[in-house]
Amino acid sequence: MFATFDFDVIWRSLPYLFFDGMRFTLMLTLLATAGGVILGTLLALMRLSSIKPLSWIAAAYSNTLRSLPLVLVIFWFYFLIPYIGQWITGASRPMAVGAFTSALVTFTLFEAAYFSEIMRAGIQSIPRGQQSAGYALGLTYWQNMRYVVLPQAFRNMLPVLLTQTIILFQDTSLVYVLSITDFLGAASKIAQRDGRLVEMYLFAAVIYFAISFALSRLVKRLQARTAIAR
Amino acid sequence: MSYNWNWGIFWEASPEGTGNYFDMLLSGARWTIVTALIAWIIALTFGALIGVARTLPSKWANGFATAYVEFFRNIPILVQLFLWYFVLPELLPRAAGMWMKQLPNAAFWTTAFGVGLYMSARVAEQVRAGINALPRGQGMAGKALGLTTAQTYRYVLLPMAFRIILPPLTSEFLNTIKNTSVGLTIGLLELTGRARSMQEFTFQVFEAFTAATLLYLLINAVVVVGMRFLEMRVAIPGHSVGK
Repeated sequence: MFATFDFDVIWRSLPYLFFDGMRFTLMLTLLATAGGVILGTLLALMRLSSIKPLSWIAAAYSNTLRSLPLVLVIFWFYFLIPYIGQWITGASRPMAVGAFTSALVTFTLFEAAYFSEIMRAGIQSIPRGQQSAGYALGLTYWQNMRYVVLPQAFRNMLPVLLTQTIILFQDTSLVYVLSITDFLGAASKIAQRDGRLVEMYLFAAVIYFAISFALSRLVKRLQARTAIAR
Repeated sequence: MSYNWNWGIFWEASPEGTGNYFDMLLSGARWTIVTALIAWIIALTFGALIGVARTLPSKWANGFATAYVEFFRNIPILVQLFLWYFVLPELLPRAAGMWMKQLPNAAFWTTAFGVGLYMSARVAEQVRAGINALPRGQGMAGKALGLTTAQTYRYVLLPMAFRIILPPLTSEFLNTIKNTSVGLTIGLLELTGRARSMQEFTFQVFEAFTAATLLYLLINAVVVVGMRFLEMRVAIPGHSVGK
């Protein structure tokens, strides 16, 4: 079964796999998480706002994106972003957008829909009396959010936010459909070039597993700690 | 925007020679639904078994079920599909590997099983949560009445647990439908794949994707309404659960 298993092909391609592939994957994961959390928080605030149109827009946005497969959304934005770029800059032709930028915008906008649901739950987990107390002290809406509600909402939702980040980390492998060299893309390119599909895909699976498993253990420990603190 | 809209494109003949582009997308939607249904049956079956195993008072069953869930949860779905499609046939004995490769509709079966197993880990977590949400006294009462462990699960714990987890199961079913789109990477012509090939044939990107989006939203709506109906049907009067 493993008689013809070629460890050497993995060894030889390690620099490419990690410095090209994994760097792309990790950069995309971290930046899209940061962007997704910020945008998601804004969406959650809109969703909970007493101004109805704002709340409707946010609900429509997150419900629509959450009902579509990520693969379809990746294709959507891949073709749409050049036109949006043209519209924003007023250029005469659709803007040329690099693979990384396109993937980053897509994942930020897509994951914001999921992060917004998490943040909404987090904001709602803070008793309303705290906001009333803030207003009674003369805080404005933004001060209330900045100093009273959001810090607690983040802390309560940290394990869930991190779990979503692990899902995002796994989801980034889907940029494969645009032939981008992320970690899986790099593994797949070597696999096809050298005819070593078994070795490369097994190796990719092991690495994804190791990272996701380690992170999910970490989240579990964090969860246990915050559970006691409350 | 310098884009030439052409909504009439759906009624033009597709290069497959068996109807227009709209038919092509519909056939994609059919593949999405069939694949998702088979995947869901697999996910429910294995998910229920593994979820129960995680709550059994047996170290072995527990360990196996935990390993199962961690394996399927921590590897991206796309990598799992590649493992089943490209790697497994090579690792099996020659004859079995050949049989797998020559299977008619190999992409379809791989996607259905791959997504089914991937989702089964998530269903298992829900089932476990549902069983753990029940008061411990229920299992003990079953035992006190002389039921075997299997009977306790069959008649006491699972009927309630499944009612509790119906809402999260609805979203897991929706995830199953969405995940079948990953099958396009191994050549399954489901809805997203069809929209993509329509875009390649006609260059009408946004019409094709808009149609696919609307079809997905429609499928979602049908599932949500159907599950609401099921929730009402199986609700136990006087019980807050399952309403």
